[in-house]
Amino acid sequence: MPYPDDRQYTKDHEWIRISGDTAEIGITDYAQEQLGDVVYVDLPDVGASVKAGTAFGTIESVKAVSELFAPMTGSVIEVNSRLKDHPEVVNSDPHSAWMIKVRLANAGDTGSLLDSAQYQALLG
Amino acid sequence: MTDTATAELKKTSLHARHRASHGRMVPFAGWEMPVEYAGIVSEHMAVRTRAGVFDVSHMGEIEIAGKNALAAVRRIACNDAAQLAPGQAHYSGLLTPEGTFLDDMVVYRMAPSHFLLVVNAGNVARDYAWIREQVSTVGDAAVIDSSSRYALIALQGPASRATLQPLTAVELGELQAFRFAHGEVAGARATISRTGYTGEDGFEIFVPPNMAERVWAAILESGRAADVVPVGLGARDTLRLEAAMRLYGNDIDESTSPLEAGLGWIVAWDNETFIGRDRLLEQKARGVSRKLVGFEMVDRGIARHGHQVVCDGGAVGMVTSGTHTPYLKRAIGMAYVPVEQSRPGTELAIDIRGRLSRARVVPTPFYKRDRDAQPAKGSPLISR
Repeated sequence: MPYPDDRQYTKDHEWIRISGDTAEIGITDYAQEQLGDVVYVDLPDVGASVKAGTAFGTIESVKAVSELFAPMTGSVIEVNSRLKDHPEVVNSDPHSAWMIKVRLANAGDTGSLLDSAQYQALLG
Repeated sequence: MTDTATAELKKTSLHARHRASHGRMVPFAGWEMPVEYAGIVSEHMAVRTRAGVFDVSHMGEIEIAGKNALAAVRRIACNDAAQLAPGQAHYSGLLTPEGTFLDDMVVYRMAPSHFLLVVNAGNVARDYAWIREQVSTVGDAAVIDSSSRYALIALQGPASRATLQPLTAVELGELQAFRFAHGEVAGARATISRTGYTGEDGFEIFVPPNMAERVWAAILESGRAADVVPVGLGARDTLRLEAAMRLYGNDIDESTSPLEAGLGWIVAWDNETFIGRDRLLEQKARGVSRKLVGFEMVDRGIARHGHQVVCDGGAVGMVTSGTHTPYLKRAIGMAYVPVEQSRPGTELAIDIRGRLSRARVVPTPFYKRDRDAQPAKGSPLISR
């Protein structure tokens, strides 16, 4: 699966698609493949703060549980409620299955993020 | 995992097949084994609705033969091998003098004075040393670790019989549960056993390692119309848990007894010679203080091995296995709880990573197959 150019990536295998001062956050195809069949996604409530590099939720597959790390700092303005009943879309369409939308504290602070080519180089 | 450690892992004779089928290989009990191919959920569903084929060659085989073989097996195993006719097998326990599990196993009576024990991969060396030591006091019986002489392939699911029958002259319809027969499968010398670890009908097939690839390929070819697929250890675990079958190292170990684990049915009290019997008799008279129960989650989340069952702020028990089951689509598990909290319907509180989540004790097995079920009319299976 290609890694779209319209967003950026983290070493923890999240993606972030920035649009103005808001952004959508999800996990990459590589991450969902490592996790296997996803059965729960635990996400914060609207209004919660998320901090770059710290956990904002958990994702659980049949095999294991993992934390979700925020690529950037901000506050949650929307949660993808579809994932509550259909967590499997994280597997089938990881790059469309955004988890949270955040209002970014500083939209220009993208220094540690990777572009598509850098992320794919990381995957090797 | 370092390269050195990977290099030390043992490979089964089907290793190349797993690679070719894009199996995700992981270290397991000293072996490099496929945890999944297409995915745990789809493999699990294949076994419940069609059939799946598993490489379980990592399992250990220990054979006991000789004039006193029966006496030797009755000494080391808590079930009673005297009840087995040749061609018959049963589930049993290898117990410590304390009446706790060194291992669980299936005991096959190959001949009146020849038994084969199928034990867990991670325990083979320890089991073998223990059994040799115990059997030496009985005398006149030889003990061999013959694990390297067998590849073991499991074919499990409602389409198993129709898949296997074209490959063998052994009349599978006459092979009842926990019976086995010798014959050929796809031209390879084989012992076919109607046993498994999934809660489905199916077979476990012992073949010489150099014939394993041939038998594996023949099964997949024969099962092509019914969409029989390879299944990894991940789905093997979710399948066995739905069927509430115990996993050594998770649900039972050296700290737990068959009576606590709900496995009193494998303790043959008529067998007066087995190691651990005295302590089990005491435990039976006194009554166990804790029991292994099945539970399903009421709150969201999956309770997993090691999570604590909490009551009044303190730990009172432990989750031994837990998963989200693909077929029942619920989070289920097993846990040791105080007897007074073991009745179905009792609500439990489980500490899942710092969050108290509610679960409810339920009867086991979670899944029980419909023994009268027939493949649907017009399916490729019977129209073929």
